[in-house]
Amino acid sequence: MTDAFDVVVVGAGIAGCACARELTDAGVQVAVVEHDAPGGGATAAGMGHIVVMDDSPAQLALTHYARSLWQKLTSELPASVEYEERGTLWIAADHEEMTQVHTKHATCTGDGVRSEVLDAVALSEAEPRLRTGLAGALLVPDDAILYPPAAARYLLQAAQRAGARLIRGTVTRAGNGAVTLSDGTMLASDHIVIATGVEVSMFPWIRLKKRKGHLVITDRYPGFVRHQLVELGYLKSAHATTSDSVAFNVQPRMTGQLLIGSSRQYMQEDATADAGLVDRMLRRAYEYMPQLASLSATRVWTGFRAATSDKLPWIGPTHDPTLYMLAGFEGLGITMAPAAARLLADHLLARQSAIDPGPYLPERMARAETILV
Amino acid sequence: MSLDTQVLVVGAGPAGIAAAATAATHGRQVLLLDDNLAPGGQIWREATTVQQEDPDDVRRKTLLALRVSGARIFSGWRVFDAPRNGSLRAINDSGPEIHTIDISYEQLVLATGARERFLPFPGWTLPGVFGAGGLEALARGGFSVTGKRIVVAGTGPLLLPVAAHLRQMGGRVTTVAEQASRGQLARFSTFLSRQPGKLIEGLQYRAASGGSKYRPGCWPLAALGTDKIEGVRLTDGQRRWEEPCELLGCGFHLVPNTELASLLGCATRENAIEVDDVQQTSVSNVFAAGEPTGIAGLESALLTGTMAGLAAAGKLEEAKALLPRRQKFERFAERLKTAFALRPELLSLAEPDTIVCRCEDVTFEALKGYEDWNDAKRQTRCGMGPCQGRVCGPATEALFGWRASSVRPPLYPVPLSAMGAGPSRSSLDE
Ligand SMILES: Cc1cc2nc3c(=O)[nH]c(=O)nc-3n(C[C@H](O)[C@H](O)[C@H](O)COP(=O)(O)OP(=O)(O)OC[C@H]3O[C@@H](n4cnc5c(N)ncnc54)[C@H](O)[C@@H]3O)c2cc1C
Ligand SMILES: Cc1cc2nc3c(=O)[nH]c(=O)nc-3n(C[C@H](O)[C@H](O)[C@H](O)COP(=O)(O)OP(=O)(O)OC[C@H]3O[C@@H](n4cnc5c(N)ncnc54)[C@H](O)[C@@H]3O)c2cc1C
Repeated sequence: MTDAFDVVVVGAGIAGCACARELTDAGVQVAVVEHDAPGGGATAAGMGHIVVMDDSPAQLALTHYARSLWQKLTSELPASVEYEERGTLWIAADHEEMTQVHTKHATCTGDGVRSEVLDAVALSEAEPRLRTGLAGALLVPDDAILYPPAAARYLLQAAQRAGARLIRGTVTRAGNGAVTLSDGTMLASDHIVIATGVEVSMFPWIRLKKRKGHLVITDRYPGFVRHQLVELGYLKSAHATTSDSVAFNVQPRMTGQLLIGSSRQYMQEDATADAGLVDRMLRRAYEYMPQLASLSATRVWTGFRAATSDKLPWIGPTHDPTLYMLAGFEGLGITMAPAAARLLADHLLARQSAIDPGPYLPERMARAETILV
Repeated sequence: MSLDTQVLVVGAGPAGIAAAATAATHGRQVLLLDDNLAPGGQIWREATTVQQEDPDDVRRKTLLALRVSGARIFSGWRVFDAPRNGSLRAINDSGPEIHTIDISYEQLVLATGARERFLPFPGWTLPGVFGAGGLEALARGGFSVTGKRIVVAGTGPLLLPVAAHLRQMGGRVTTVAEQASRGQLARFSTFLSRQPGKLIEGLQYRAASGGSKYRPGCWPLAALGTDKIEGVRLTDGQRRWEEPCELLGCGFHLVPNTELASLLGCATRENAIEVDDVQQTSVSNVFAAGEPTGIAGLESALLTGTMAGLAAAGKLEEAKALLPRRQKFERFAERLKTAFALRPELLSLAEPDTIVCRCEDVTFEALKGYEDWNDAKRQTRCGMGPCQGRVCGPATEALFGWRASSVRPPLYPVPLSAMGAGPSRSSLDE
C-alpha cells in the first residue's frame, strides 16, 4: 500500500522541521521522513548563532528576513530552546579591520539592521575579558543564540500537533512523485522536499561540498562572555574555498557554557576531531581572549556544513517537477531555516514572498557548473 | 612534553600493575600510568610503598614485582584524549601547574578498572549519600566516619567488605541492605564454596561487620532529609521502614570503564571490552585487562593483567597457557551478574522530579519520550556535564535500555589549554 501526502519532507533537521511547521500551518498535509532522531544531523552540531550576515546582498536579505521570523517565534518557543538575544560583536583587531566595521555598519543601516560602532574603550566595557589593544567592534544587538536540536524538535512537534506525520526510515530514492524507503515502503507525493543536509548521494546531480567544522564546549561560566563574539576575520575564514581555516567565534549559551569555534575544512569525510586543528582554533581564540585557556573543556565535536559553490542555499523547484530543494545552508542553516521554509511554502502555495526568492533558486546550479540532469 | 615507550599501561590497579610488571620483566620498556597519586587501584588505594610487614601477601608480592620489574611509573596522570594513532594524551593537574604529555606506544594495555553503578531514587543526591565503594574510599582518604550511623545499600559483593572497613574505621554501620534475594545469594554461595579462598574472604568480612544487620532482599526506597541525609526508607518488598543515619553508601554493583577503549575504536560487548584469548582487543596493538573486560574481582584482574603483559611482550603462547584459569573467572563473573542482577522494583524508584543526571539537573520525567541515549542527551543534556555520563549513563541504560554510543574527547573535563596539539604549544603562553 502506498500512502499519499501533499508534501513529503525528507530529513528532520532544522530545515525539514521548519518546513513541516510552515506547511502544516497553511493546512497542508505533510509527512517527514527521518532515519535518525530529529535534529540529530548538522543541526545537532551547530552553534545556534542567529546572525545577520552580509557576505552578499542575497545573503543579507535572507538572514535578515530569517532573523525577523525567529523573533516572531520567540513568544512561543519553549525554554528548552534557550533563545536569547545577546547581540553579536564583530571584533576588529586593528585599524584596518576597523574600517570594515564602518563599512558593515553602513551596510546594516542600509538594510534596516540595527547596529552600533564601538571603539576600543566601549568594546572592553562591553566585553571585559577580551584582551586589550583591540580596535573596536560592531555591535548587532538583535542577533541571538538558541539551542538548535531543541528548536528543531519544537518545530517538528508543533507540526505534528497540527497533523504532520513523522515516518521513521531511510529514504533510498526520491523523485517522479515517489519516495522509497529502505524497507520497501513507498510514499506518493507530487511535492518532495530534499532537506537531507549533506546527505545527498542519492541525487548525483547535486554538487555540494562537505565542510567540516570543530566546536569545543566548556563547563559553565555564567557571565564570562556576554555577547556572541566573532572576529571580523571570520568572513575571510568563511570565504576561503580551498584551505583549512580557523576564526575566533565564542558564543555563550544560556546554561553558562561557552561554545568555542570555529574551523572550516574541505575534503574531510572523517568525523573524528583533528587535534591539530582544534589546537589552531583554540590558539586563535586565546589571541582574542587569553583567559579562555584556563576554562575547563568538556567536549569537542565536529559537524559537516553543506557548502554550495556560490555560498547561497538552494530553495525551490528542481528539474524534476516533483522534487524541491531546501539545502546547502553551509554555516547558516539554523539562522536561515524559518525564512527558507517560508520561501518554499510561498512557492508551493503560490503566495507572494516577502523577499525575492530568485537568488536562491536551485536552477542556478546548472548555470554555475554546467552539469545537471 | 612528549615521550615514547614500547608498552604503555593505563591504570595501575592490580590488573595494570600485573601487566606492567610482566611486560617489563620480559624485557619490554614499560610505562605505567595512573591518575591516582600512587599505584594500587581501587582495592589497594595508593598503597604507596612496599611494606615488608604488609599483612596482605598478594599486595606485597604484586607491588614488589612491579618495583623490581623496571617499569616506569607515572602517577597523577590521567589520560583524556587520543590525539593521533598510537599516542595518548594525559594531564597532571595535581600540582599548582597543569602539565600535559603525549605518550606514543607500540603496545597499549587498558586496565582502567570499573566504577560503581548508581540508580536514581528520591533523595539520592542529598549530601551524605555516596557510592558504597566511594564512601569507603573517602573514609580511607581521611573523611571521618567515626561514630556516624551508616547504612550500606545496593548490591554486589562489595557491600560486605565496604561495611567491614567502615566499621574498622569507627563507623556505626547499622544495616547492610542487599537487594538480591536470599535465594539468589544462596545459589551464589554454593558456587563460592567451590572457591575456598573467596568464601573465607567473605566470611571474614561478615564477621567483622558483625553488629550490623545484613539483609538480603532489601533495598532503599528513598533517602530522607532536606539539606542532608537524615535517614533512609528501606523495604523488603512487604514492609517499609525508616532507619536514621548520617551517611548512606549505596552502589549497585560495578560497570566497566570502557570510555578510553571506545575512543580508540575497540569493540565492546555488553558494556565490557571484547578481548581474544590473549587479552587483545579488536584493535591489534591494544590489549585490555581487569575489570574493563568484565567484573570478576582481584584474582581475575591479576591474571588477566599478567596475560595482557605477556601478550604485549610478544609471549603469546605463555599468555594463552593461562586461558583455562581465565575461563574459571569468566564463569565467576557470570555468576556475579546473575546473583546481583537488579530486581525490577529498582527501576521504578525514581519519582518524576527525581534527578537522574546530577551534572545537568535532568529529572526522570524530563527523560521520558526519547528514542535513544543520543536523542535524550541532545534534547535534555543528560550526560553532557562534567562527568560525561559516567554516572547517569549506566542508570539510564538500566531505566530505559539506552546504550551509550559515541565517546567524544576529552574523556574528562580538562583546561582548554590542555586540548591543543601539545608539544608545539609553548609559543602561546608568552
Ligand atoms: C560546527 C558548525 C557550527 C555551526 N554553527 C551555526 C550557527 O552558529 N548558526 C547557523 O545558523 N548555522 C550554523 N551551522 C550550520 C547549521 O548547523 C546547518 O546549516 C543546519 O543544521 C543544516 O540543517 P539541515 O536541516 O539542512 O541539515 P541536517 O541538520 O543535517 O538535517 C538533515 C536530516 O536529514 C536526515 N537524512 C539525511 N538523509 C536521509 C535519508 N536518506 N533518509 C532519511 N533521513 C535522512 C538526517 O538524518 C538529518 O537529520 C553550523 C554548522 C556546523 C557544522
Ligand atoms: C569504588 C570502588 C571500590 C572498591 N573497593 C574494593 C574493595 O574494597 N575490595 C575489593 O575486593 N574490591 C574492591 N573494588 C573492586 C575492585 O575494582 C577489583 O577488585 C579490582 O581491584 C579491580 O582491579 P583493576 O586493576 O581491574 O581495576 P582498578 O583497581 O579499578 O584500577 C584501575 C585504575 O585505573 C585508573 N584509571 C582509569 N582510567 C584512567 C585514565 N583515563 N587515566 C589514568 N588512570 C586511569 C583508575 O584510577 C584506577 O586506579 C572496588 C571497586 C570500586 C569501583
